[in-house]
Amino acid sequence: MNAISWIHMAVALVLAPLLLGAINRTKARIAGRAGAPLLQLYFDLWKLLRKGAVYSRATTWVFRAGPPIGLAAVLGALLLTPFGKSGAVLAFGGDLVLFAYWLGLMRFVTVLAALDTGSSFEGMGAGREVFFSALAEPAFLLGMLGLARATDALSLSTILPGISAATWLAAGPALALIAAAWLVVLLAENARIPVDDPNTHLELTMIHEVMVLDHGGPDLALILYGAALKLWVMSALLVSLLTPIRYGVAWQDALVFLGGMLILAVGIGLIEGAMARLRLTRVPQLLMGALALAALALMLIIK
Amino acid sequence: MSLVLIAIGLLVASALAAFLLARAPRLATLCGVGGAMLAGLAGLIPSLRILLTGANESFVMPWSMPGGSLHIGLDAVSAVFLIPIFLITALAALYGGSYLRPFWGKRAIGFSWFCFNLLTACLILVVVARNGLLFLMAWEGMSLASFFLVVFEHDKKEAREAGWLYLVATHLGAAFLLIFFALLAREAHSFDFDCIGAMPQTIANAAFLLAVIGFGTKAGFMPLHVWLPEAHPAAPSHVSAVLSGIMIKTGIYGLVRTLILLGNPPVWWGWTLVGIGLSSGILGVVYALAQHDLKRLLAYCSVENIGIIALGLGLGVLGLSMGHPLVAQLGFGGALLHVVNHALFKGLLFLGAGAVAHSTGTRDMDRLGGLAKIMPWTALTFIIGSAAIAGLPPLNGFVGEFLVYYGALIACLPGGMANPLPAVGIVAGLALIGGLAAACFAKAFGIVFLGEPRTDAARQAHECGWSMRLPMIILAAACVLIGFGAPWAVAALKPAIADLAGVPAAQVFSATGRSMMLLMEVTIGFAAAAGVVVLLGFIRRRLLKNRPVRFAPTWGCGYAAPTPRMQYTGSSFALWFVDAFRWILRTERHRSLPQGYFPDAAFMTTETPDGFRELIFRPVFAQIRWALASLRWIQHGRLQVYILYIAATLVALLIWYASCL
Repeated sequence: MNAISWIHMAVALVLAPLLLGAINRTKARIAGRAGAPLLQLYFDLWKLLRKGAVYSRATTWVFRAGPPIGLAAVLGALLLTPFGKSGAVLAFGGDLVLFAYWLGLMRFVTVLAALDTGSSFEGMGAGREVFFSALAEPAFLLGMLGLARATDALSLSTILPGISAATWLAAGPALALIAAAWLVVLLAENARIPVDDPNTHLELTMIHEVMVLDHGGPDLALILYGAALKLWVMSALLVSLLTPIRYGVAWQDALVFLGGMLILAVGIGLIEGAMARLRLTRVPQLLMGALALAALALMLIIK
Repeated sequence: MSLVLIAIGLLVASALAAFLLARAPRLATLCGVGGAMLAGLAGLIPSLRILLTGANESFVMPWSMPGGSLHIGLDAVSAVFLIPIFLITALAALYGGSYLRPFWGKRAIGFSWFCFNLLTACLILVVVARNGLLFLMAWEGMSLASFFLVVFEHDKKEAREAGWLYLVATHLGAAFLLIFFALLAREAHSFDFDCIGAMPQTIANAAFLLAVIGFGTKAGFMPLHVWLPEAHPAAPSHVSAVLSGIMIKTGIYGLVRTLILLGNPPVWWGWTLVGIGLSSGILGVVYALAQHDLKRLLAYCSVENIGIIALGLGLGVLGLSMGHPLVAQLGFGGALLHVVNHALFKGLLFLGAGAVAHSTGTRDMDRLGGLAKIMPWTALTFIIGSAAIAGLPPLNGFVGEFLVYYGALIACLPGGMANPLPAVGIVAGLALIGGLAAACFAKAFGIVFLGEPRTDAARQAHECGWSMRLPMIILAAACVLIGFGAPWAVAALKPAIADLAGVPAAQVFSATGRSMMLLMEVTIGFAAAAGVVVLLGFIRRRLLKNRPVRFAPTWGCGYAAPTPRMQYTGSSFALWFVDAFRWILRTERHRSLPQGYFPDAAFMTTETPDGFRELIFRPVFAQIRWALASLRWIQHGRLQVYILYIAATLVALLIWYASCL
């Protein structure tokens, strides 16, 4: 726990919404559109924070508690997330489990808030969300276990910075498999194409967006910001895995990391631009595939 | 020690008083509840003291039974199990006093309290007995008392069937335990636990297998669990809380005590326990997801949690046998903590389910809904219990599972176990169980308490009284407290972990080489997140202060006349899971689709009978019954001949005994 890691966390808090802006801009560009401004999410948040609120009569305190708890949970995960090759604010052996479970808490309160509205659409989204994430979580943790064994470390802040060029040389195929599995998990957990389409709100095929239909005003701002942070923390892990470069100078490492985040955002934008959403019944197969990749990687590392 | 004996005495005395006062339900209830609560208070003091000091106490008295003396002992392991026993039974008794109020004059209230307090006394005795015969007697008393509690509503067919199933299962398990103790006594020449020492490996292996089957039947290891989802929902809810929260833990206690007594486990014991843990954990929660009955869901979920405990024990055994003491300590620590945690939240959830059933008259989740507005206290405590049992931070369930995860992660590192495969299985299994349990309890809480009431029964619900609310609030507070106070809770378990792992208490977790207490950072993270929640809530309140806050119907996507029955039901919520696991669940669908231009009413129902019961136990028992039918002529109802049987047996035994002299 040092000053640098606090600064890094502040940077993450400020830049997280930009990641979504970059994704959407890329998507628009390859579709031949100009696209929304890069800072669109900041404008949205600012607008939402100045609004009043409309609550459904069916809802209870659970609905209102959802957004603050969800944001706090993802902030708890951010506390544990290393900034590229630099350690997190809070680091300890086994923190990767807490990281996964903070995201689990965020999902749990979102799902309950959705069920609280009594809307069948939101219930439908909630049912899908819990199923897909129940498949995604083992894939994420198995990948993490493989990395822990490859780097002989137990904390996110030692595992991910510990991945060097040497690690890639020694276990390259396995790390690549884990990266692929994590990319699928990242897309699924953050409601991106090909699992979910963040652009449509009212289709029966929606997952994440449909769960927050009844939120508005400051509550929606908390949810959107929380979603941006979730995308940030999961991308941060993937980027740390994929950039085995370490200069040892804080600002240089930070630049490499931020550059990696930008490239990943563009990459997600390209995926979204190039692909259609999968049929819903195919999604479990995709996630099982990710799980299989992670398990295979783990076997390669253990041998 | 003397306070524990006093507690047992109080329980037996109040049980007898309640039995004698059967004609006066008010007095009988007073005796039963008062006795259980006083005993709880008396017993908690020495249990906590033993846990904090790590001292051992014992009480030995000669008795006329063969093989050893009347030996009762109290050590850290016993204390870990005694604390939930005393706490949950006292709170369940307080709750049960009101819960049984509608049955006054219709059912045998005095007899119910007689059984409840005897059950409590036997639970305590099982955990403190240090003599095989005493243990078996207490075990049998526990089984019989709980059987009568399960068939409390004996005019209902389900309750009777559940009771018989339970009685058969528990006695089959007890038969294995009888052989188990006889085997140990043959080696040690005494039933006294202190006399049991080193024994040949084959005997130890046989004893271990007998213990896994005998104790596993009580604990609800898959596939020995078949009685559990029948018996636990059939009992009155305060009894379900005791059965699911504590009684199945006596099976775990037996296994833990066996591991301590046998010592030096070989590797395959660990593999066995990990395998049982994975099957119970994953299948338990999958079956739980498919249930419609709230209490059945909770009962299956107990199987899942027993699985998590078995995973911890298995990891501990593997750590011991592969010479990795830290892994062993973390595995055992996680298992013991989860024993306490599961007692707290499963007790809480059954009490909550009881409050729902009590006020709506139904346990079918798809007929409930919207209860959070009508029953705010029950909802608040139920959501805490749900999040805790799903292992979500910042509650106690996470802490116990974290220890097991942490141990398994260490075992997977290059310097960890020689064969990391079981540890990988534990991590993957826990991750899967975690996701499924979160889904299961999102369903349980969300469908029952959130949204709009689906039927009139749910609309006309009412909050329960304070004597039912208070136990739930105390248990929920305990869940939060252990969550935020994780480092201290784990530190308190050190003497018990030391007994299991075979190291001095001071050395437990010392191999982590940490400057801070284990889990201190977890607590810091929890506190930070809790602070942020309060801060965000405050900010939102300030933001909304002078702005319009309106209330409107839920956005129905333009549909003009939605009704509460159109809400997503629990069955639809779990559909994905039921579909994905249909090869295990074999859910049956009965439906009639709308047909023709003017269709009649259509319906669809699903039910998920227990696969192990239907596919394994039912055919096997049918075969046994067929084979035994040829012996039916022995049983003809003539009392004189029965007495002749007894006399003949006695004579035969006497002749055998005389020839042995």
